[in-house]
Amino acid sequence: QAFDNTTESRFSTDEKLTTYQDITTYNNFYEFGTDKSDPATYATDFPDPNKPWQVTIDGECDKPGVYDVDDLIGKQDLEERIYRLRCVEGWSMVIPWTGFPLAAVLKAAQPNTNAKFVEFTTLFDPEQMPGQRREVLQWPYIEALRMDEAMHPLTLLAIGLYGHEMPGQNGAPIRLVVPWKYGFKSIKSIVRIRFVERMPTTTWMLAGPNEYGFYSNVNPDVDHPRWSQKRERRIGEFLKRETLMFNGYGEEVADLYDGMDLRKYF
Amino acid sequence: MSIARIKIVVFLLAFAPAAWLTYAVLTDQLGANPIEEVTRDSGTWALRFLLITLTMTPLRWLTDWPGWIQFRRMMGLYCFFYACLHMLLYLWLDKFFDWPEILADIIERPFITIGFISFTLLVPLAATSTKAMIKRLGRRWKKLHKLTYVIACLACLHFLMLVKADIREPLLYIFILATLLFMRFYRATIKPIILARQ
Repeated sequence: QAFDNTTESRFSTDEKLTTYQDITTYNNFYEFGTDKSDPATYATDFPDPNKPWQVTIDGECDKPGVYDVDDLIGKQDLEERIYRLRCVEGWSMVIPWTGFPLAAVLKAAQPNTNAKFVEFTTLFDPEQMPGQRREVLQWPYIEALRMDEAMHPLTLLAIGLYGHEMPGQNGAPIRLVVPWKYGFKSIKSIVRIRFVERMPTTTWMLAGPNEYGFYSNVNPDVDHPRWSQKRERRIGEFLKRETLMFNGYGEEVADLYDGMDLRKYF
Repeated sequence: MSIARIKIVVFLLAFAPAAWLTYAVLTDQLGANPIEEVTRDSGTWALRFLLITLTMTPLRWLTDWPGWIQFRRMMGLYCFFYACLHMLLYLWLDKFFDWPEILADIIERPFITIGFISFTLLVPLAATSTKAMIKRLGRRWKKLHKLTYVIACLACLHFLMLVKADIREPLLYIFILATLLFMRFYRATIKPIILARQ
């Protein structure tokens, strides 16, 4: 399935795209194994077409619901967004996503005044996701954003890349893309979106509390305890480049963190 | 086959990982991030050859064939060879010889500190591996080369600390090292006690 009715976005970068080959064979998606090549190997038939994909939207909102993923997508105007992606491990890519702002879905659910955070959950199905047969991380994978981050126009729900349906290894059928945060915040293969009052503990916070914070904004000045975040290797390039504050999206998002000590809230 | 011939075969086999990595880089077979792949693989091979080095003596005990010891130095030097490659790739392709940054890395990041110490400790061992040096140092040579045990422990720790969540591979090497160390401990300490009681 190809998307041909997408509109260009003003948020797109004009940097050189990472190749489709690299984007779809170099993945961190521990649900399919911990090697970068595992997702491409084990997610070729994912998700199983015989298992309907549903997304639950619930929690602190007035219009909760369970949606068939196609119904959820069907109501949206699709855009192509070319975003930089910076992995916490020190590499980066430029990816043309197809999707729509998360805010559109969130607003439709009419969050109430208690909704301070949005929590996302990945599918748990060890039959389809062989990596989940071992407790490398606590399953299911959980990620979360503060309400204003979730509502931000840059925050995307992506359903495709390079104009085609999302490959399994990149988080089919629907995933989050938050371009100013490290890649692991952009949770894949979402089955649940929940409005909550208190800050959720995410999977990576649980795995390494001093290494992976709730915010995990791309920040060259705050190092990972085990490696520097000053530079990154753009996949396909030989020399490293300087990592940009908020991954280069500071103009759009820096005001979300006004007055916050980003060393403390890493 | 004479031992000299076996040595040539073993020498070539031990070089094979380096040859494969070179070939794989040149033919673009290492995926999207080949530099990281080669850096990691060279480190893993250094650790593997260190463990192989430590296996020669137990093999002699188990098989009653003294020939194993003749391969120990070559395996040790191959460990050093892959460790040099690993270090060079880190200094060059990871840090591009940015010395202040490298120094900060070594001081601030325990896993780099430990890797750096392991490498530094390997240098005197490689430097004293010639026949002349063995003769010159005499009993002190044996003492000095006991550092191998320390280096092996540090190298395993270095690997364990680097991994993000999946610790299976470092655990495997730690298990092998523990077995090799236990065999030595058993022979030096437990076995004499058992024999004395009989």
